[in-house]
Amino acid sequence: MKKVLIIGATSAIAEHCGRIWATRGDELYLVARNEVHLQTIAADYEVRGASSVAINCVNLNELDRHVDLLESAENAMNGVDVVLIAYGTLSNQKECELSVEETLAEIQTNALSTISLLTLIANRFEAKKSGTICVMSSVAGDRGRASNYVYGSAKAMVTAFTSGLRQRLHKSNVTVVTIKPGFVDTPMTSEFKKGFLWVKPYVVAASIVQAINKNRAEIYVPSFWWLIMLCVKLTPSIVFKKMKM
Amino acid sequence: MTTTISGWGNYPRQESQCTTPPNAALLRSTVIQEGSFIARGMGRSYGDSASANKVLGTTCCNHFIYFDEHTGKLTAESGITLREILNVIVPKGWFLPVTPGTSYVTLGGAIASDVHGKNHHIAGTFGQHVTALNLVLGTGEFLTASKHENADLFYATCGGMGLTGIIISATIQLIPIRSSFINQKTIKADCIEAACEAFIENNNTTYSVAWIDCLAKGRNLGRSVLMLGEHAKEGGLEIELKEPIAIPFNVPSALLNSMTMKTFNTIYWHKATDKPHNAVPLMPYFYPLDAIGNWNRIYGKAGFLQFQCVLPKSDGVANMRKLLTEVSNSGEGSFLAVLKQFGKANDNLLSFPTEGYTLALDFKLNASTIQTVKSLEAMVVSMGGRIYLTKDAVMQETTFKATYLNWEKFEAVREKYGAIGKFSSAQSKRLGLA
Repeated sequence: MKKVLIIGATSAIAEHCGRIWATRGDELYLVARNEVHLQTIAADYEVRGASSVAINCVNLNELDRHVDLLESAENAMNGVDVVLIAYGTLSNQKECELSVEETLAEIQTNALSTISLLTLIANRFEAKKSGTICVMSSVAGDRGRASNYVYGSAKAMVTAFTSGLRQRLHKSNVTVVTIKPGFVDTPMTSEFKKGFLWVKPYVVAASIVQAINKNRAEIYVPSFWWLIMLCVKLTPSIVFKKMKM
Repeated sequence: MTTTISGWGNYPRQESQCTTPPNAALLRSTVIQEGSFIARGMGRSYGDSASANKVLGTTCCNHFIYFDEHTGKLTAESGITLREILNVIVPKGWFLPVTPGTSYVTLGGAIASDVHGKNHHIAGTFGQHVTALNLVLGTGEFLTASKHENADLFYATCGGMGLTGIIISATIQLIPIRSSFINQKTIKADCIEAACEAFIENNNTTYSVAWIDCLAKGRNLGRSVLMLGEHAKEGGLEIELKEPIAIPFNVPSALLNSMTMKTFNTIYWHKATDKPHNAVPLMPYFYPLDAIGNWNRIYGKAGFLQFQCVLPKSDGVANMRKLLTEVSNSGEGSFLAVLKQFGKANDNLLSFPTEGYTLALDFKLNASTIQTVKSLEAMVVSMGGRIYLTKDAVMQETTFKATYLNWEKFEAVREKYGAIGKFSSAQSKRLGLA
């Protein structure tokens, strides 16, 4: 039985990870903004078999609440074994291009607040010499593309940061798992036309839980995105800059 | 966003604006917007009952709300699938009081179709085990309905094909089990009369259903393999949910023709033997086709029509012989054909089952199929039977209104609760409902 802290627990992918953990009988501590939604999920986890579920309503952009949040989670479960960081917004690229404020707000949510949490969690886990930190990054962070480079650059920061953190914490027996999902059919992407590359959140969740169990480092979900992104990364800039993607 | 949707039969297809709100509150705010909607869960009804210009997906509203392990009362949101429910309840010694032939349907869909199972003659329909429903009405109001509260809305909603409002959550009474195994008994019946006789003889058995060879003619007409079942008392409460094997593409339609189907049926019949007793796990017993994802693709791109009718008990056997003669003469029936004895009808206004015999068949769609189904439809009307709305894609308005005698009461309830003009499907329009 693990003690799992889910930050951004109302995101579709995180919710499905939570269902797997709940079915397994884990202890869960859920953090997100929307209280009603959190209560719905908590009741669901209890029926599915979680041994305990606690919720905490926090706007994660309020960085000064992060320490408090981690302490509450540790107190509620008497320690934390696994942290999943899964919140974020899918930036409206067009609006960001027209507004510095909008761009910085997106970077604040998708990169800086995550970095704040990661720094605090890393130090706590390093001190106790155990724990797993799993962070949702994105394939969008592998190479900036015109259609969503604001979101992509925030995720690039998360990927680079977790890569460094993984090296640093390796000797302290702390695992850092970076997840790069491809196209996932969630409420966040409801406006997109879905093709054959799209997968359901429960499929991604199963891969994430498995990656955590196996102490993986950086994974693409589904795994074929590794090949797609390799091609994207290897495309020479002279060609890439003319492409529409 | 506009997408092409269809029922499980892949016919008819239509362009539709589909939204799947992430929670009940947002579902409600979509309902009060301009236009008329139909709720859609897993899209497993066969025809056009979950198709419309505007479709509201319920699959994100799929949370458990409360489960009392001591009394077996379960409350959940309507978009949860029966499969997910089974995964939680079976290990705790509970089972669905009534289950259809697939676990990939939502709770809301099971109620809206008032589905029946192999135990209809004993347990009735799914709706009879629902103790309360929560709906969003056309006005945007949340309302609870049960046999004691807003009872008219309750009896219209169970079996009401989503036309009274959007079911948000429901409470059902589960049944206790001591094992996740079923003791199965197989009986061969060499004609339709013998099959019906066998159903009557085994009326006290909890589960009974028959595979029927709808292509056999003459003295073999209606030869069947009856599968009877009782919950076992031992064997543990484990449940194994395997991911289905996917059929990734539509099977070329030439592969399924009367020749191949006749061969299949003959082999199936001769392979079956009378078996007194063998224990099988729940999942393959109740949901054999769930092992294959998208099995509907075996009928090819054109899709198929599913036809399910019930014929009243009096003259039921003789009438079933006439109907089967028509089917076998058409040469169009398939290998997925099912015969079952129904128990008494219930009080739900549009519920399908009535006391008698029900026959369900698939017809691969081709030029003459619709004509065959129409002539069967006419026979069913003249025999005093009716056709299951959940399977239907082609029934005429006159047939519906002549066989679902409570349709005017149903419309009155819809009027009273603000459903008219707010909830409609391609099917409800075809059947002349407002």
